[in-house]
Amino acid sequence: MAIKAGSLVDPCSTLITKTGAWRTFVPVVDHEKCIKCSLCEIYCPEGCVHQEEGLFVPDLAYCKGCSVCANECPRMAITMVLEEK
Amino acid sequence: MSEKTTNMKVVEGSYAVAHAVMCCRPDVISAYPITPQTHIVENLSQMVADGDLDSEFLTVDSEFSALSVLIGASACGARSYSSTTSQGLALMYEVLYNVSGMRVPIVMNVANRAVGAPLNIWNDQQDAIGARDVGWIQIYAEDVQEAVDATLQAYKIAEDSGIRTPVMVCMDGFVLTHVYEPVHLLDKELAREFLPDYKPANILDPAHPMTFGAFADPSTFTEFRYQQFEAHQKALVKIEDVAREFEETFGRYYGGLLDGYFLDDAETVIVTLGSVVGTIKDAIDDMRSVGKKVGLLKLRSYRPFPVQALRKALKNANCIAVIEKDVAIGGEAGLVTDLKSAFYNSSIRTPIIGFVAGLGGRDITIKDIRKIVAKAEASRGRIESEFEFLDLRTEIL
Amino acid sequence: MEKSLLAPGHRACAGCAMPTTIRLVLDAAGPNTIVVSPTGCLEVTTTPFPESAWCVPWIHSLFENASAVASGVEVMLKRKGKDTNVVVIGGDGSTFDIGMGSNSGMFERGHKILYVCYDNEAYMNTGVQRSGSTPFCVNTTTTPSGKQSQGNPRPKKDMPAIAVAHKVPYVATASVAYPVDLRKKVKKALQANGPSYIQVNAPCITGWTFNAGTMIELARLAVESGLWPLTEYVDGELVGVKKVRRPKAVQEYLKLQGRYKHLFKGAQGPDLLGKIQAIADANIAKYKLVD
Repeated sequence: MAIKAGSLVDPCSTLITKTGAWRTFVPVVDHEKCIKCSLCEIYCPEGCVHQEEGLFVPDLAYCKGCSVCANECPRMAITMVLEEK
Repeated sequence: MSEKTTNMKVVEGSYAVAHAVMCCRPDVISAYPITPQTHIVENLSQMVADGDLDSEFLTVDSEFSALSVLIGASACGARSYSSTTSQGLALMYEVLYNVSGMRVPIVMNVANRAVGAPLNIWNDQQDAIGARDVGWIQIYAEDVQEAVDATLQAYKIAEDSGIRTPVMVCMDGFVLTHVYEPVHLLDKELAREFLPDYKPANILDPAHPMTFGAFADPSTFTEFRYQQFEAHQKALVKIEDVAREFEETFGRYYGGLLDGYFLDDAETVIVTLGSVVGTIKDAIDDMRSVGKKVGLLKLRSYRPFPVQALRKALKNANCIAVIEKDVAIGGEAGLVTDLKSAFYNSSIRTPIIGFVAGLGGRDITIKDIRKIVAKAEASRGRIESEFEFLDLRTEIL
Repeated sequence: MEKSLLAPGHRACAGCAMPTTIRLVLDAAGPNTIVVSPTGCLEVTTTPFPESAWCVPWIHSLFENASAVASGVEVMLKRKGKDTNVVVIGGDGSTFDIGMGSNSGMFERGHKILYVCYDNEAYMNTGVQRSGSTPFCVNTTTTPSGKQSQGNPRPKKDMPAIAVAHKVPYVATASVAYPVDLRKKVKKALQANGPSYIQVNAPCITGWTFNAGTMIELARLAVESGLWPLTEYVDGELVGVKKVRRPKAVQEYLKLQGRYKHLFKGAQGPDLLGKIQAIADANIAKYKLVD
């Protein structure tokens, strides 16, 4: 990697850093309870919750396990579970 | 020297420099008033008001903002300009490092002035010499004509793709900013030919959304610094090249990195910067008329500091006196310290003595120059004083 | 939702309100936007060389000059005839304190720039020191509570009022807990004919010390208690206020945060809690938060 004078960097390039490694608890979504309000997606500090085929799923490559989604879910459809690594 | 331009007028130094800036076609100019640089930006604002100059002119809240505004403008592709002095330059200190580190090729005239306390609005060079390590190229002008010409040259040096380094064009406050003298004003068309439009490789642009100024950790910071160091090494060549190109276009040349006056056969050489050169030349003329082999080395480029060129130009001297309008309190002074360090690893063992003079606007006279030369000559035998304040009024101490 | 303009992989703490806030701002502003950020958590967590979380053009220069840098960006864009949004996003240290001169200059020159302050009420990047934005009684590392101290002795600086005093045409407060309101305000601000200022309450897990999952809950409680009224000023006139149905007692908000812990054990606690309640009550009256 050659450095660019002026400390120039390409856009969206933090994608190479998988912050999921920080996580202790992992969100587990009960899709049966989900009402698709999308609050988990909106509030997620990582911006890592996405819809996949109509289901809201966290991208575990980046999820830091903060549990904001679980706390904000109006149907308590997300549970934080101690992750075994 | 054949002048290719004939537009010679008796004008104030600040007007002449403002006219030169106009010929450089800056997109954005920022201004904050501080004596004695105000006339430069006042003239520029009048040119904009009269429609003679198509630039965005911003009146800002501080020198800090004046320089910061230009970072944003330059990052969007602007050629940009400001001028300042003294306390204003000191207030910019943090931004100065930032501009050079971000590789933004801003050009700024510095109307050299003392830095308080005590408050003093008159000329010395403490402001710019105190900012010698901030990564900017520093070019010093002897007279108004040189300040004019160096301003145009500065953009060409700064914007070179291999250099991309900001330039301060230093001119003594009042002495050059407020003097009326005959000046060849630049020809707009020739200036355009000499200095094409600024076209940076990367700008802030939603079509190519780059991040500017990411923060660097210990694994890369050294290399960013080294790139700046390397750019200054390249500038050593570029400054000379640009001075020669300028000569081809405009017919004027007074050295790239440095210039000499009776240097070739000089036994005693005075080394200095800026407008005091005129007085020294007069003193040398007098001394030469009575057979004294005295010469002058006028440094144009203080940063980059031209070590090799100085060694070459001074190799035949048998004593050297540095006179400068700044002091590094607790050490000696900028130029003399740098010159000594340039010679330490060379075979040159000529005595070098340093004089601080002209602080806070005090005149440096022909008599002072004679005194310096006498002291320098005496130093050949034994150096009595390596460094001193010239013309110190001991009676009021 | 479209692809976010702030990429994951940034280094903000788990449960930090700042990235959520920024994403909401960028969602509303869209890709035709240039962002200028001062030094702070946002800058260091999103741009560790050679990476950047920003998917829009972004520039960082210094701590106290973001508004000046943005001014230069804006004039040059205007000169080139480009209709691109210019948005400054900075924390409260740069907004309320060190960047005040540069902010004031940008406001009074009338640049078409949206300034967004993610307000976490202290200097978090350097380790939770007091800023001009720190509220009354908050324990910070430079206003610690102790035998002789009950935390920050001064009230929070009224930065929106300062913006209004500059005749900034659009000024608003917002909260990370109210995303629809925040996005709407960003869109309105970008339509303003001149500068605009939005101050967003953005809880900091490290500085406020709370359970990470409660980040949004806390921001909501700040609004519901009356301590963070959601307001909107157009041309100096208060035109909008988010009503609070049944205001919560300030204790409900304060007790969840380590920065107010001392108020719940010392002898002076009840008195000081009463004073903080009085701040909320004054807001409720001033902004007519309750119908």
